[in-house]
Amino acid sequence: MRAMVYRGPYKVRVEEKPDPRIEHPNDAVVRVTCAAICGSDLHLYHGMMPDTRVGHTFGHEFVGVVEQVGSSVRNLTVGDRVMVPFNIFCGTCFFCARGLWSNCHNVNPNATAVGGIYGYSHTAGGYDGGQAELVRVPFADVGPSKIPDWLPDEDAVLLTDACSTGYFGAQLGDIAEGDVVVVLGAGPVGLFAARSAWLMGAGRVIVVDHVDYRLEKARTFAFAETVNFAEVDDLVVHLKKATGYLGADVVIDAVGAEADGNLTQHVTGAKLKLQGGSPVALNWAVDSVRKGGTVSVMGAYGPIFSAVKLGDAVNKGLTIRTNQAPVKRQWPRLLEHIRNGYLKPSDIVTHRIPLDDIAEGYHMFSAKLDGCVKTLVLPGQD
Amino acid sequence: MPYTPDKPPLPETPEQLAARIPGWGADKNPADRPSYPRERTDLETGAHWTEPEQQPELAPRERSIEHARLTPVFGTAQPLHGLSGAIRRHAYAAYSEGRAAHWLLLIAADRVDAVEQHLASFATPHPDNPVTETGVLAEGERRGLRSRAEGHRVDRGHQAMDPVLVAGPWVLAAAGVALMVHALRRRLR
Repeated sequence: MRAMVYRGPYKVRVEEKPDPRIEHPNDAVVRVTCAAICGSDLHLYHGMMPDTRVGHTFGHEFVGVVEQVGSSVRNLTVGDRVMVPFNIFCGTCFFCARGLWSNCHNVNPNATAVGGIYGYSHTAGGYDGGQAELVRVPFADVGPSKIPDWLPDEDAVLLTDACSTGYFGAQLGDIAEGDVVVVLGAGPVGLFAARSAWLMGAGRVIVVDHVDYRLEKARTFAFAETVNFAEVDDLVVHLKKATGYLGADVVIDAVGAEADGNLTQHVTGAKLKLQGGSPVALNWAVDSVRKGGTVSVMGAYGPIFSAVKLGDAVNKGLTIRTNQAPVKRQWPRLLEHIRNGYLKPSDIVTHRIPLDDIAEGYHMFSAKLDGCVKTLVLPGQD
Repeated sequence: MPYTPDKPPLPETPEQLAARIPGWGADKNPADRPSYPRERTDLETGAHWTEPEQQPELAPRERSIEHARLTPVFGTAQPLHGLSGAIRRHAYAAYSEGRAAHWLLLIAADRVDAVEQHLASFATPHPDNPVTETGVLAEGERRGLRSRAEGHRVDRGHQAMDPVLVAGPWVLAAAGVALMVHALRRRLR
């Protein structure tokens, strides 16, 4: 099969690889019809995630058609059209039994702190991902779901991470009616988090970024007020003034490890890898939320330490809530919202590329060229 | 103002928000939110086992020493090999996830892996090509200059030095290793 492969920091290409095979009785093999490049793929692409091996195929957002099933698979049959959550999970370990489906203990021998994730390095279990023609899908009776006939692939693929993660991030904020919610980052996850904050009854939603075309998307797609942090002297003071000097009730960090806005933090965290990521956005969240407020973190960070302002967080009595999204838990409710016309995930898609253009696709997304917000990868297309 | 008990007024009423934003307030009740409460034991997963069957370990599989056993399911992509494999094997065997050495060794092994694989590619019909693999051709096709010139992007300030920052420490480290090997060889002569 043909697949995207990592060749070292900032380098990817398409190669012929052996087809994936059934390695466990509850495995399936899925033929990918549509995949996506995620902002967190850029952390791998930039060489930030430990144990990212040359030859690895990225891609944790994908949908496709079941090509093969293992001997114990009961819930799927060959030919089913499925969406696959980015989390690989067993359904019965201590954590899965409590609904913590993104924290499964039975799928990642390389680390106990991280669950299993498709195409996300050996730190997340060493599974090749879905930016390929075929992919191995473990625990096929647990993870994938059949896609409803009425849902196009382009919407379904965004439910496998970006849309579900943004929706989950808003839930982490414990938003109450009338809350002022600040979302840091106007990438796909931030846009979905902002849109989701309204579903939860937010009274005001403010999205912060430094890229104008993404802020425009925040206004048109997420109906949010926007702030370009490059145009204000001090973002924290700006947000304090904008909230009557109180601070936001909830701040959502939808940026993660490669945050810009402070040169020292960006260089030491994102470029020199001396931190588990650049905590600029997280520190802005701590400083701009009100005392007693909630900070929701679902921006991705690496496993080593970051210079986070914990003293301010303690002194302000903040609740900091975190996790990778347990994606499949979000689906029934999100499907209702989509059917009701509250949300159309594919509205954020800006680019569609064949698998052969994967290197240009990564560079375009990484360098934020051509108004790129979300790129879909279509393995079956020339 | 926070100096008095009342919250600053919002610019729009709930009715105005509901009229402007599709689905406003649909999940106002936390009970309607799929991740509330965070831990639940009543969710259907589709699993029909108590403990999953063990995936066969056809080759020795490295694992975190914080795990009591090899997990029932694991990825088999890119097994350990070469010098990078030896470094990774040591990182997993010697240090827990709580130790910085674990992660720093894995990052170092990633760079060794990149060099190993880059050199090995020259012995194949498909040597690495930095022009096509970095995707820089997108600069021309996807409005590289114009995209960067638009607006107030803060990354413009450091994009020129990014390649030096990313590659510099590794080039310096490689030069240091070369100097040490050179000095050692002179001393042994």
